[in-house]
Amino acid sequence: MVLIETDSLEKRYDDKVTALADLSVAIEPGIVGLVGVNGAGKSTLIKLALGLLAPTGGSIRVLGHDPIADGEAVRARVGYMPEHDCLPPDVIAAEFVTHMARVSGLPAATARERASETLRHVGLYEERYRRIGGYSTGMKQRVKLAQALVHDPELLLLDEPTNGLDPEGRRAMLDLVHRIGSEFGISVVVCSHLLGEIERICTSLVAIDAGRLLRSATLSSMTQHSDLLMVEIDEDPADLAEFLGRHGLEVRKDKRSLMVRIGGEPDETYDLIRDAVAELDLSLHRLEQHRHQVADLFRDLPTAEATHA
Amino acid sequence: MPDTPTGVIHDIGYQRYEGPRLGRGYATRSLFTRNVRAAYGLGRSAWAKVLPIGLLAAASIAALILVVVNTQLPIEVIDYVGIASTFTYAATVFVAVVAPELVSTDLRNNLVALYLSRPLRPRDYALAKLAALATATFVMFAGPMVVLFLGMAFSTDNGFAGVIEEFGGLLAGLAAAAIHAAVLAAIALPFASLTGRRVFATGMIIAVSLLTAPISAILQTLSEDAGGQLAGLINPVNLLNGVDRWLFDGGVFDVGPYGAVYGLVSLLVIAVGTACTLLRYRKVKP
Repeated sequence: MVLIETDSLEKRYDDKVTALADLSVAIEPGIVGLVGVNGAGKSTLIKLALGLLAPTGGSIRVLGHDPIADGEAVRARVGYMPEHDCLPPDVIAAEFVTHMARVSGLPAATARERASETLRHVGLYEERYRRIGGYSTGMKQRVKLAQALVHDPELLLLDEPTNGLDPEGRRAMLDLVHRIGSEFGISVVVCSHLLGEIERICTSLVAIDAGRLLRSATLSSMTQHSDLLMVEIDEDPADLAEFLGRHGLEVRKDKRSLMVRIGGEPDETYDLIRDAVAELDLSLHRLEQHRHQVADLFRDLPTAEATHA
Repeated sequence: MPDTPTGVIHDIGYQRYEGPRLGRGYATRSLFTRNVRAAYGLGRSAWAKVLPIGLLAAASIAALILVVVNTQLPIEVIDYVGIASTFTYAATVFVAVVAPELVSTDLRNNLVALYLSRPLRPRDYALAKLAALATATFVMFAGPMVVLFLGMAFSTDNGFAGVIEEFGGLLAGLAAAAIHAAVLAAIALPFASLTGRRVFATGMIIAVSLLTAPISAILQTLSEDAGGQLAGLINPVNLLNGVDRWLFDGGVFDVGPYGAVYGLVSLLVIAVGTACTLLRYRKVKP
C-alpha cells in the first residue's frame, strides 16, 4: 500500500507564495526521508497530509484517504511531531502524553498504560513524572515523539526531529526513529534539511526543492550508482582533470578532489589515472571508489530531469 | 520491605494497539474533562491551584457564614439566587483568569496544531473549551449553593417539608448559576482566544466586565425610568442580575418591566460568544 500519494499537488499561500507546485510523488512504506532546504515545502507537504491545510490544486491521499474529506480517519492513524515547540510547560509529561492518547481515541486506562510504555520507549523513565517546563531540549523532543507515537499510528510524520539537538542528541534521536521504523514496524516520514544525517536511517528518500519534486527513489537504488572514483592529489587538480578529460573520461572537480566516472573497462580507468599521475609528476593522495553519497546524486541531476522527475 | 523484589520490569518490546479507537466525540469529551480539571489547577502546578481553589473555598466559607446568619435572623438575608447575583463579580475574576489559562496557553505553546492533528475538528476544540469554561464557572457558583443547602437543610425547623422547600430554592439557584456561567464563559472565551498572552487576555476580560460597570451605574442614576432600567444591559454583571430579577425575583438590579429584554440579551450574548469562538478557530494557523 502507498502511504502518501500526491498528484500534481499545489499549495499557494494567499495566492502569492507558492509552497508546493505540481508535486506528484508516491511514498511507499518504510523509513522515508523527506529532504530539502529550509522553505522547500517539506512542512507544507506534511500539513497537507494531515489535512491541516487544504491544497489549492491537485490531490493528496494518505493511507488511501483524502485528508480533507476524511480527515478523522487519516488523523486517527497518523502520528505527527511538529517542528516547533508544542508542549505545555506546567504539565507533567506522563499526564500530557496520556491526555494526547485519549484525544486520539484511546480509552482512559489504555491511554495511561500506553503513555508510560511509550515514554519508556523514547528513553524517559522516572523523569516522566516531572513537569515538561524543567526538561532539556533533548527530553522535550522525546516527549514530542512520544505524543506522536502513543496511539500506535500506522504512519509517523516527523518534522525535523533533530531540531535544536547537539550531535549526540541528534544521533540518539535518529537511532530512535530507526528503531521505530524497523523494530516497531511503523512507517515513518522524516523531514530534514540535512541529507547526510538522515540517509543513514532511511530506506528511501524524497527530495524536494522550491516546492517541486527533485527525486524520489529507494536508497539502495540510489547508492548503486557507485561508478565514481574519487582522486585526491596534493597539487592543483586542474592539470590532471584536463589530462583525463582529453583521454575521454568524465571528470568533475569537487573541492580539492576530482570525481572520475568509471568507463566501460574499470581497469583501464584505473590505469589511465595511474599513468596520468606519473606523467604529470603529481603525488597521489587518495584513490577510492565513491559511494553512499546520495547528495551527489541529487546535485548531479540534469536540470530537465530534476524538474520532470 | 521484603528482601526479594516482588516485581520485575520486563522489556517486552513495542506493543501494537489492537483495541478500539473511540472517535471524535470521545476525543472532544476527553478535552472537555481535562480542561474542567485544568481550570481548577488539577494536574498543574501548585500556583495554578491557588486562585481558583482559593476563590471556591472563600465562596464556600461565605456560604457557611450565610447559613449562620440566615438561621439566626428572622428573615433570610441571601437565598440561592442571591448567591448567584452577589458572586457574579468574583466569578468574573474567575473567568478572567481561567479563560486565558484554557485557550491562550494553547496558542502560546502551539498546542492547537497538535490537537488538530488528532481526530478533533476545530469546531470540537472550540466547543469543548467553551463548555469546559462554562462548567468550571458553574461549579464556582454551585459549590457555595450546595454548602448553603446542606446547612439550611440540617437546621430547618419544618422537618422534611423544610428540606423540600430548601431543595426548590437550590434548584432555582442552580438554574441561575447555569445562566451566569454560560453568559460569562461566552464573553470571556472569545476575548481570551484572540491572544497568546495571558495578561492581555485577562486584561481584556476584566475591562469588558468591570469598566462597563461604572458607565452602567452612571446611566442608571442619570436616566429616567426606562433608561435606568435598561442601563444594566451594557454590563455583564448587571445584565445577569437583571435576569435573576426577571426569572427568580432575586438580584439587586431594578429592571422594571424589561425583564424579558434582559433574558433576550443574555441569550444573544451566549449565541454571539459561541459563534465568535467557532469563527475564531475556523481558520486556525496550523
